[in-house]
Amino acid sequence: MFEYLAKRLLYAVPICITVSALCFSLVYLAPGDPLSAVLPADASQEIIDDVKAQYGLDKPVYVQYALWLGRAVTGDLGTSIGSGRPVAEEIGQAIVNSLILAAFASVVGFTIGSALGMIAGYHSGSTTDKMVSAIAISGVSVPHYWLGIVLVVIFSVKLNWLPAMGAGAGGSQAWQWDWEHMRFMILPAITLAAIPTGIITRSVRALVADTLSKEFVTALRAKGLTERTIFVHVVKNSAPTALSVVGVQLGYLMAGSILVETVFSWPGTGLLLNTAIFQRDIPLLQGTILVLALFFVGLNLLVDALQPLLDPRISRS
Amino acid sequence: MTNQLFRHRRVRRFGVRAALMVFALGVLGATPVDAGGTLRVAMSASDVPLPNGQTDQGAEGMRFMGYSLFEALVGYDLSSRDKPVTLIPGLATGWSVDADDRTRWTFKLRSGVKFHDGSLFTAAAVVWNLDKILNKDAAQYDTKQAGQGRGRVPTIASYKAIDDSTVEIVTTKPDALFPYQIAWIVMSSPAQWEKSGKSWDNFIKNPSGTGPWKLSTYTPRERAELVPNNAYWDANRIPKLDKMVLLPVPDPSARVAALRSGQVDWIEAPPPDALPSLKDAGFVISSNVYPHVWPWHFSRVEGSPWNDIRVRKAANLAIDRAGMKSLLGGLMLEAQGQVPPSSDWFGNPTFKVRYDVAEAKRLMKEAGYSKDNPLQVKAIISPAGSGQMQPMVMNELIQQNLAEIGIKVDFDVRDWNALLANWRAGAKDATTEGAHSTNSSYFSQDPFTALMRHLDSRLIAPKGTNWGYYQDPELDKLVDGIRGEFDPAKQVKVIQKLHERYVDNALFLFVAHDVGPRAMSPKVKGFVQAQNWFQDLTPVSIEGE
Repeated sequence: MFEYLAKRLLYAVPICITVSALCFSLVYLAPGDPLSAVLPADASQEIIDDVKAQYGLDKPVYVQYALWLGRAVTGDLGTSIGSGRPVAEEIGQAIVNSLILAAFASVVGFTIGSALGMIAGYHSGSTTDKMVSAIAISGVSVPHYWLGIVLVVIFSVKLNWLPAMGAGAGGSQAWQWDWEHMRFMILPAITLAAIPTGIITRSVRALVADTLSKEFVTALRAKGLTERTIFVHVVKNSAPTALSVVGVQLGYLMAGSILVETVFSWPGTGLLLNTAIFQRDIPLLQGTILVLALFFVGLNLLVDALQPLLDPRISRS
Repeated sequence: MTNQLFRHRRVRRFGVRAALMVFALGVLGATPVDAGGTLRVAMSASDVPLPNGQTDQGAEGMRFMGYSLFEALVGYDLSSRDKPVTLIPGLATGWSVDADDRTRWTFKLRSGVKFHDGSLFTAAAVVWNLDKILNKDAAQYDTKQAGQGRGRVPTIASYKAIDDSTVEIVTTKPDALFPYQIAWIVMSSPAQWEKSGKSWDNFIKNPSGTGPWKLSTYTPRERAELVPNNAYWDANRIPKLDKMVLLPVPDPSARVAALRSGQVDWIEAPPPDALPSLKDAGFVISSNVYPHVWPWHFSRVEGSPWNDIRVRKAANLAIDRAGMKSLLGGLMLEAQGQVPPSSDWFGNPTFKVRYDVAEAKRLMKEAGYSKDNPLQVKAIISPAGSGQMQPMVMNELIQQNLAEIGIKVDFDVRDWNALLANWRAGAKDATTEGAHSTNSSYFSQDPFTALMRHLDSRLIAPKGTNWGYYQDPELDKLVDGIRGEFDPAKQVKVIQKLHERYVDNALFLFVAHDVGPRAMSPKVKGFVQAQNWFQDLTPVSIEGE
């Protein structure tokens, strides 16, 4: 088990280095000048050069990367060009807000997805299965952006039941786990949960249907075990694969919420990324991408670590 | 539950107000401030403008944060929607230039003005603030504020305090437009900066200016809350609201939804397609012409098809601006020049910019082109961008209109920042890639930004923003004439001559002026939309609160 984890950890190192190099260099492929958004449009070349030098943007890209990486390993991701605040501080606040939203969306997505997947898997080929599959495909296919706007139009504009944007009357710094604040996250969480719900439903359905067709299930039934006991066996056998799907989806919820957080002005990493892209705020963009990528790597490591606990065959192999 | 909370808040607020009123009447014997509720504004900015003084987020940042918390020596008269905005005394009660040495300006400061922290505004504070953006050796020098402010005052050579209430500023050359430039530079409190540990990062958490608003809460990326500065020096401009909440909501659909669901009372730049439904739902759409122009800036380098005045005039006559206005839901003013006809600077050009396809075709025929033998041009445009209105739709209409008279347009669509980078680099830069025009909307707050910077041959890119390499000694003389004319009435005449030259030579493709639309709840009262990028928010109140 230890050897397995050590290996996984070792594999993560080159991934992290590659991710850091990619996220550093990719942003330079985008057109435009990172200072365009923070300086007046008619700023003179002298001022532009001066500010570039202040932010170290006058150096060759490889030098910038080396300096950035050197600082990043100590937790210093630089200073945002747009806001002048430390990038680590900006991401720290935003990631908490995204985690709150992702946690809520996860509960919605994983609960509904697993339940629907189970039902469909148990009734494979039936009308129920077809209906659940249709719901799942809709969840995967509907664009986030569109779904968010439709929900806002119905529940905020027409019915006036739920707020259309923001993270509460006092902003995220005044966040509390009460109805007054949680009502702000209902629409973004449902929107965010749509795709994971669909993917989990389909994955769990396939896993359950596959497991039910295995010979050991027939053997269990032949031995006279109750359906309840058989259900436990089905869950145990489906869980490792389902867990990896869930892990990927949690990472997706953290990183893939750019449009949802923008539509709902939810102050998380998605909105931060969107702002960084539009402002060409390179330090913020690089820092946010890096943190999210590392979060993804860490999450996969966690899933890898949990899988052998559920299925000992994995560590043996 | 919500209603109960609301009632409790209102009861509490009433109690606090009543107590304050009694205190004000009984102890101070002063007139009570007419408190008028909370205004929640959804800005189109992607972040809360920095409350450091020389704020970011462009004109919107200055509109809501810069000129709310801080003030400059020279202000703008934003009190009327009917007349063009003029300069008025701000923190300086007056200014003059030395009759013998036209580079020497004297500003007499308003006495008794205090910063929000209670410290006194003096000539030393002015010098300190100029050092903040111009003197790299000063402890308070701030790169961010310098980036925003230094370019606004390019001609300052030196400055000093003559006494507590007089400042002298010397410019590198005589420049009659200096008051326009200094109107950009706002004053932060030196004492508060000291109290903040000499750190601008700390200062923004508790900023201090002399403006009519004070900052009470600042959460980066999320919100800022401003409350009235009841000790403001101009009693007529003490805000009527209890509070103003600024929220950055960059997505236009989110802004509309927030307004319609009652989460905010005011949104900036509603999308044109949302206007009918907003009007139907009882929301008020406010708009007014302001110093903005949406043109095609022609390349005048050798070989450019726009070097032929017949082609330039024909293009200006081919644009169906009324159709474009209809396409934008009425939210534009049809351009007849670089500045709107209502501007003092418009003058009386002989060439009338209008929609006259027959005359345009005649000019094109004279130039040797027709629909069957079209002139090929390449135009740099952007899909979006600050001040760009609806660039794709507008440019597609222009493309259709120009095709009618024998000008075939190929678009080079670029990201807004990429377009700006090329605009700074100039038409001869490799990044122009053979394009013959660029489509950047222009801020035209003063004669320099409106007219002079685009065509002055001494400001050819990258020295300045004469993107098209236009060179005309006569025009340069007019530019010098404006800088050298210190009598405002005479100066206007020279500016008019410059604008007439713009129009008579069809130096740009004049298309549209934006009208700064904003939508608000009918509860919002007292707002007067001035013909400007900046607005006075002090008379605004919320009915029923």
